[in-house]
Amino acid sequence: MIYHYPVLQVIIPLLGAPLCLFIRVPRLVGFFAVLVSSLSFLISCGLRQQVHLYGTIVYELGGWAAPWGIEYRIDQLNSYLLLLVSGISTIVLIAAQTSIKKELPENRHIFFYTSYLLCLTGLLGILATGDAFNVFVFLEISALSSYTMIALGTDRRALTASYQYLVMGTIGATFIIIGVGLMYMMTGTLNMYDLAQRLPEVYKSKTVLCAFGFFIVGVCLKLALFPLHLWLPNAYAFAPSIATAFLAATSTKVAVYLLIRYIFSVFGIDFVTTSLPLHDIFLVLGLIGIFATSISAIYQRNIKRIFAYSSVAQIGYMILGLAIGTELGLTATLLHLFNHALMKGTLFLAIGAVVYRIGSSQLNHFAGLGKKMPLTMAAIVAGGLSLIGVPLTVGFVSKWYLIVALLDKGWWPVAVLVLISSLLAVIYVWRVIEWIYFSQPRIILDDVREAPMSQLIPIWLLVLANLYFGVDTRLTVGVSKLAAQSLFGVTP
Amino acid sequence: MNIIGLYNYWIVVLLMMIGFYIVIAHENLIKKLVGLSIFQTSVFFFYISMGKISGATAPILDEKWQLYSNPLPHVLILTAIVVGIATTALGLSLVVRIQEAYGSIEESEIQVQDTHDELENHLEAYGPGPNFAILNQDLNK
Amino acid sequence: MSFLALTALAIVRLKDLFAVVMLSGLYSLLSASFFLSLDAVDVAFTEASVGAGISTLLFLASLKLVGRYEKKSRYKPALALGIVMVTGALLVYGTLDMPHFGAVDAPIHQHVAPRYINDSMTEIGVPNAVTSVLASYRGFDTLGETLVIFTAGIGVMSLLLVSRQTKDQSKKKVPADMQQQIILRVVAKMMIPLILMFGLYVQFHGDYGPGGGFQAGVIFAAGVILYTMLFGLSSAQRVFKRQILELLTAFGVLLYGGVGVVSMLLGGNFLDYNVLRHDPVHGQHLGILLVELGVGITVASVMILVFFKFTWRTVKHKYNQ
Repeated sequence: MIYHYPVLQVIIPLLGAPLCLFIRVPRLVGFFAVLVSSLSFLISCGLRQQVHLYGTIVYELGGWAAPWGIEYRIDQLNSYLLLLVSGISTIVLIAAQTSIKKELPENRHIFFYTSYLLCLTGLLGILATGDAFNVFVFLEISALSSYTMIALGTDRRALTASYQYLVMGTIGATFIIIGVGLMYMMTGTLNMYDLAQRLPEVYKSKTVLCAFGFFIVGVCLKLALFPLHLWLPNAYAFAPSIATAFLAATSTKVAVYLLIRYIFSVFGIDFVTTSLPLHDIFLVLGLIGIFATSISAIYQRNIKRIFAYSSVAQIGYMILGLAIGTELGLTATLLHLFNHALMKGTLFLAIGAVVYRIGSSQLNHFAGLGKKMPLTMAAIVAGGLSLIGVPLTVGFVSKWYLIVALLDKGWWPVAVLVLISSLLAVIYVWRVIEWIYFSQPRIILDDVREAPMSQLIPIWLLVLANLYFGVDTRLTVGVSKLAAQSLFGVTP
Repeated sequence: MNIIGLYNYWIVVLLMMIGFYIVIAHENLIKKLVGLSIFQTSVFFFYISMGKISGATAPILDEKWQLYSNPLPHVLILTAIVVGIATTALGLSLVVRIQEAYGSIEESEIQVQDTHDELENHLEAYGPGPNFAILNQDLNK
Repeated sequence: MSFLALTALAIVRLKDLFAVVMLSGLYSLLSASFFLSLDAVDVAFTEASVGAGISTLLFLASLKLVGRYEKKSRYKPALALGIVMVTGALLVYGTLDMPHFGAVDAPIHQHVAPRYINDSMTEIGVPNAVTSVLASYRGFDTLGETLVIFTAGIGVMSLLLVSRQTKDQSKKKVPADMQQQIILRVVAKMMIPLILMFGLYVQFHGDYGPGGGFQAGVIFAAGVILYTMLFGLSSAQRVFKRQILELLTAFGVLLYGGVGVVSMLLGGNFLDYNVLRHDPVHGQHLGILLVELGVGITVASVMILVFFKFTWRTVKHKYNQ
């Protein structure tokens, strides 16, 4: 059975999703989804262990050897992310049980859970696969299901947000298949490993360069790199809170993974650095992105939008780590990938709990909640501090590594800019804290109580993870380093 | 020779760009979807073109033939067509819902209404302040 | 090719969405014939049934709900043109080093693909190489594709939910738009069984000629949709219950995945059909038959369901007015 782990990981949610329609009872479907997701999570733990012991695992789907068939290729990097995605998904689903009941009309519950599991399948599929075209198929599964989840939001703006995302997402996906097609044309293969072997022969060709360009632009649309991020804030703000928590914590991370995978394992870092000024582009876009979106975050009135803009800014940090182009830089990116998923998971789940109680995510409605929902608010504060990068939180660890990597490269002005940008985070997080603790309530809060246990437990699990990994960095830093080393080692 | 060998691809590029242009330049939500499907279909041309071998036949194996076109791009495009129709169906149902919620499927008109929503949220939350005037101006534009 | 370009340009200019949709149907039909000339028979078949058939129908159904004219609006062609020009220029630049159109010695014909052509007959025993690659070598992609359709089905179902109230109203007979057309009805009565038969033929004949689960599903759905248009939604729904359709969409995916799970239990890898029977080629046959059936079921039921959902909305609007 252990032998089948790589595929079971994806197959379980894949078959779980259609089974939801057969169960038909909304409550049961909720439990079932938790079960499915936690099974996936357990398997990914096992998988992680295996990779740790024996190195890269290859699984041939259909029994056909790659490059004729499709293979799953699990290595240091994606086993780590599989763990992250399936873990977060399980935690979020636990909180979903109550939150969804409140936010969506009952006849949509089943559809929501089905879409959620489909989205999980898509994300896990992208992470696990070693085939360039298979990526596109699973990308579309996750994308279509996220459009659905977002459109289920109750505000009518959820519909336009979802539509916008659909158009942008499809353009991105189409760019990606143009890129894949061009690569295929020059090499005759779709398998990533095989591509890496055969691409060096044709490095000089304009077609490969063009393939790379299209691929990068397509992925950057998906990961909402500034200035291609316009679809993101509305999508996050108007989606059901659970969908926001899940997507914010995982989906852009998976896109960042794709970027890393292609830069390092397919094209090879040598090609990337010699053929295009990609690092400079990433550096500039990353920095402008951090500043522009952090400033936008300060001016938002909806707390979901504040943190949605901040998500785009955090992606800027990850891209900055990539732009450094050293092993240390990549480690910082991977660390931030993991840590940011924890922070945003916490924040959006906590906001979800507030929406559950007061039915709004307007910032001013949070006034006075510090007394009414102390535990939830404390979680928001913890997440916010982590976002700023205060010591003892995960945010500190990844910022620290980023700055070390920047100084190591000798880019001290950039390091200074990163520090300044943290001040912007202080401002928008402080605005939230000010409303929560130091303002008079704007709405009647008499019958508002602390969030239910089923939400508090997942929220606090994430908060504790935030703190634990902020202090004990052996695991996360160790794994990120290993992954970064293997990526730099693999390249020819 | 060079020009003839690539002419086919250039036309495909032209078609792709027409589709792409419709998507980003037009404001009507239905038309955007039409553009999107043209854009995608043109990408399909590109894949299928590269699978073609001059003088070959369709890849249905038979003793009569020796040379077949490459079946792999065909398979990929079959998959992509399905993905395309799936996206279109979902997009259209979104458009229908948007029409019901906003009474319009023109991007600019929807934006005006969105600003209006924002304004109401703001009014309810903060009362008329300096920002209110700015928002109101946006609305009246 | 030039027709294609002309059609596309006309779509850019026209304001009448009805014409735009019709032209895009034409565009699909033209592209199907273009695919045919490039030896991609399966793709041509699919494009004709999907692009020119189902997708045009869906567009028309939604036009009925949203109105047919595009408003003249201040759009920002300069920026868009700029972006498009840059992208196009990049692509043309990329074509410069491409292997020429139709060349035998292009890399894609040297690597990977030859095995499909040379060995698929002995390894899988199905003459249509596209089917062997689709259902077996790259069977997992096809499972993903089925899941995409299912996802879209879920999306449309949840977005266009029909309230109970509308359902009650529709118990009264809903007249179809074309119910008065006697000639059409008579012709259709003869046609529909043929279409459905043809769908089944395509489903099970995909191993030998062009066709397969996906095309069959679409054709089957087209037959049902034709019936709906002529005889009204309520009579169509008597045959195809909504709940059963919903379950069928899921069932197709489960059938496909189930074949994979069974092959895993029998000791092979996921979707390894060789182990399904004692003889690998027979196993492949059985496996391909079943997964194609899975694809067909999901595609047909999702398409029918989506069309029903759109039509329900129209009914609802009629009653609301």
